Order: sequence, then C-alpha cells, then structure tokens
Amino acid sequence: MTAATIAAPVARRSHLAARVTPLDGVRQTLSLSWRTLVQIKHNPFELMDFSIQPVMFLLLFTYVFGGAISGSPTDYLMFALPGIIVQNALFTTLNTGVGLSTDLEKGFFDRLRALPIARFAPLAGRIVADMVKQAWSVAMLLGVGALLGFRVGTNVAGVFGTFGLLLVSALAVSWVIVLVSMLVASPEKMQIFGFVVLFPLTFLSNAFVQTDSMPSWLQHVVKVNPVTILSDAIRGLLVSGPVATPVWQSLAWALGLTAVFAPLAVRAFKRRS
Amino acid sequence: MTDSIVAEGLTKRFGETVALAGVDLAVPPGTVFGLLGPNGAGKTTTVRILATLLQPDSGRASVGGFDVVRDAHRARQIIGLTGQYASVDETLTGLENLQIIGRLVGQSRGTAKARGRQLLAAFRLDDAGDRAVKTYSGGMRRRLDLAASLVARPEILFLDEPTTGLDPRSRNEMWDVVRELIDTGVTVLLTTQYLEEADQLASRIAVVDHGRVIATGTPDELKSKVGALTLAVRPVRPEHLDVVRRIVADLALAPPEVVQTLITAPVARPEVLPMVVRRLDDAGVLAGELTLRGSSLDEVFLALTGQRPDELNDTADTDNLVGSLA
Repeated sequence: MTAATIAAPVARRSHLAARVTPLDGVRQTLSLSWRTLVQIKHNPFELMDFSIQPVMFLLLFTYVFGGAISGSPTDYLMFALPGIIVQNALFTTLNTGVGLSTDLEKGFFDRLRALPIARFAPLAGRIVADMVKQAWSVAMLLGVGALLGFRVGTNVAGVFGTFGLLLVSALAVSWVIVLVSMLVASPEKMQIFGFVVLFPLTFLSNAFVQTDSMPSWLQHVVKVNPVTILSDAIRGLLVSGPVATPVWQSLAWALGLTAVFAPLAVRAFKRRS
Repeated sequence: MTDSIVAEGLTKRFGETVALAGVDLAVPPGTVFGLLGPNGAGKTTTVRILATLLQPDSGRASVGGFDVVRDAHRARQIIGLTGQYASVDETLTGLENLQIIGRLVGQSRGTAKARGRQLLAAFRLDDAGDRAVKTYSGGMRRRLDLAASLVARPEILFLDEPTTGLDPRSRNEMWDVVRELIDTGVTVLLTTQYLEEADQLASRIAVVDHGRVIATGTPDELKSKVGALTLAVRPVRPEHLDVVRRIVADLALAPPEVVQTLITAPVARPEVLPMVVRRLDDAGVLAGELTLRGSSLDEVFLALTGQRPDELNDTADTDNLVGSLA
C-alpha cells in the first residue's frame, strides 16, 4: 500500500460541526492525559522523578537526620512525613511546567492546536495527568512511611482529607508553574525556577523541623509561609493537632493563588501557543 | 471552482518586526503551491495563519471556503499541518503518536490503531512503529510527521519546509511521498528555501521576501525570468576576461557578475552550455573552469530583486541619516 491510497481526502463538508461540544472536550482532555501518562512507560527517568526521588528523600531524612532532630527515626517520621509529602507535592507541580514548555519548544502544541479539538484540552490534559501522578506519589509516600513505622493517628476521613487538600493545593500552585513555563518556555529554565524558588520555600518552613530553635526573625518568616500552613494542616489530618485553622488557611491560599494566577496562566497559554 | 486556499492582504507584526506586509495567495483545488523564500521571509507566519494557529493583524484568509479566524473549527477539520514547528511527541512510539491524533479527531480506539498501522506501513515505518520516536532518523521522523497530518484525511495539506535539514537521499524519498500525495487530489501548500524543491513539486510558485510576495508564476515562468541555472566560466588567461564576459552576456538573462577571474550569470536552459563551449572555442579562449549548476536561492533573489522596494527604503533611510548628520 502506498501513501496515495490511504491519504485520499474524504468528502464530509455537509456535516462539519461549527464548534467542539463540551463532552468532546472532556474526551480530548482524557486522551491527552493518557498521552502524558503513557510517556512514563518509555521514560523511566520520569518514573524515578516522582517515585524513587521522594522515597529516597524520605529514607535519608528519616535515618540520617531523624535521630539527631527528634531523638529517634520513628519519632521524626511522625513529624516529618506530612512535611515531606507537602514538599514532594510542591516539586511534582514542576512536572507540569517542564512538560508544557517541552511541548511548546518541540512544536507538539502547534500540531495539537491545528487539530479540531477544544482549546483547553492540551492544558487540561496535562494538568489532569499530573494530578494522577500527585495522587500516586502521596499514596506511595504513605505506604512507604507505614512500612517504616508511620501510623495514622486520625481516621479514614483524615487520609481522604489529605489527598483532597494536597490535590487542591497542588492545582493552585500549578497555575503559577503554568504561567512561569509560558514565560520562560524552556524546560531547563523551568528546572532552575524550581531550584531557586521552590527549594528555599520548602526549607523556610516547618516541613522538616520544628521552628523553636530558629532565630526569632526567621520564625516570623516561617510562620507565614504557606508551606508551613499546609504542613500543619496535613499533620492535623494525618497525626494529631489542630485541623480546622490550618486547613481553612491552606484552602484560602489555594483559592487566592488560583484566583490570581489561573487567569494569568490561561492568558499566557493562549498567547504563547 | 473556487480556490482551496485564499489569502488577501495578510499582515502580521511581532512587536517592531513586520512579519507579513500584505500577502495575497490563491491556490486552486488539487494543486501544489510552493512558497519560496529565505529564512525570515514570512513563509512560516503565512502557514501558521492559514493553519489557524495565528491571527492576522489585518487581511483575511480562508481554507476550503472557511474563514480561518471566524470559522476556525471547521477549517481545522479539513486541514493537515506538517512542518519544522509542528512535530510529534518524541517520548512516544510512532504508533502511539498516530493513535493519539486519531483519538483526538474522534476515531474509536480500534479505528485509531488500525489507521495508525496502515499509515506506518504506507510510510515504510512498520518496523519502527513500536519504537520511541527519539530513536528515529531525521528522514523517518519527517515521514511520521507527514503521516500524523494525514490521520484525518485532510483536503488541504500544509508542508512547512518538509525537507530542511535532511540528507539528499531522505529528501528524494520525501519528494516521492509528496508526489504520491498530490495524485490523490489533496491541495498542498509547501514552503521551502530550495528553488529545486519548489521546481520539483509545485505547479505554481510564489517567491516571498520581507513579508511580501515578490513574484508568482509556474516554475517555468519563474525560471525564464530569473534563470534556474547559473553558468560559471574562468578563463585560464586573465587577458581573456573581457571576451568571455561578452560571450556570457550574450547568452545570459542578466548582466554577468565578475569576481576576480570568475564570471557567473543566470541562464534559462542547459542548451547554453554547448553554445558557450563553441563560442569560447571560436574565440580561441581556454577555460580553466566551466560549470552549469542549479541556481541558489540567493541568485534567484539577486535576479528578482534588482531594484526591490526595501532597497529603496534603505537608501531613503541613509539619506535621512546623512541629512540629520549634516
């Protein structure tokens, strides 16, 4: 068979739709999430990024720092696992940015945008896929944590609440990442952004250590850092301690970030692609 | 019958840069139209507007009768885009790439897979179909790219520099594939930097420069206007330079250029070569170098743009500059 026999155009003028139906848009979003997730099959490094790396972090923090910080690795694990989960969620949002800027740079987006598909599908597909990855990493960290001696001090509702709050927060941060990736449009620069902004942000919080030994000026910084608030919320949901206040504050942050950055990100996305 | 691709007065600016300064095109159905020009001439911008990826600042364009701005969704259902900037996902296999596009345009899982296999076979990629695209050679990648734009059987196909960066063998393969496509009745708009490519594939050519169409015609019309071939003669003895220049001038389409002892000029037909040999022999001139080769794009431009509008602008700018300095 030759190219000629299978390329012959078909006449279908009479029933061309004027626009995409919402249902088709959802279907196209799911097809594009499948595309992002099936990549893992071919790119084991990415799997390492969001499976092995967090587990390595967990092991190193627990066994190297744990004894020194909390007296015993297990005590430290009870404190730090929620923080490590938050840190990992934050870093996983970088995937969205790296993926989007790669698609832009390589021209895959042009191919998609010349197809009769919903304009939101390429962005939504990427975000949905990354939310699946997020849920997977949280589940994995909880599983490995349990093997190492972490015990949920609350109940099933707390665990579901953890997943829900993390996904909402990660989605909110994704809008910032999408905006940045549209502005820098290079996967390498996206990684640098992660290192320069997300790294200090997670370390200037109580994700890994109690704040009381820090200088008082630093304590003020740490206290207002949303990473601290979210870590406290996850601690409350999974271990013990106040739940309502940090959860509401986290949701407020998520809402605020989404309200400011989602429109900016979508506008930048439309303009760039 | 109405034209498949129409552009009228398209303009586009990116900041201070004028990418398109008013482009008009009309491509009849079932023909191949070549857009020929150097980097930055506005070829890709034109294709991006016609493929609904970019909105023009002014002017209008339609494909298959559908306005590319107001009726973009319908336009997208009848076009296919292949090009330097519309690529495939390198981390996926060839088959997965085709499947994804099939699914996106509404094919069922089974249809998308079958169509993918069919296209892979047609483009001689069946052995590589289950391998990640990043392991493909440049030629294989372009073929997959082209296959990807044919998943939905488009009526109108845009090929943006389909062979740039390919080795001569892959380029010839690509040309064969494009020729087969033309036979199916698809309307093709092709951009290229190579005169030879436009000549080989297109039935009409528009030469673009600085966002404007500076010449249109069939390949033969253009070649007789600007010379598809370049004749180069280098006499062994420098004192023969004048004689040789006169002989070349008689046979060439434009005044010859002399660089040191090498005389070059555009000519229309290969028959010029034996005529030159005869005339040189009659004049008793011994040529140390005598060649006839395909003209480069630069040479076409030199012939076409002897007094092009923006050279006049440049002069005007210089005058202003001198004026303001004085």
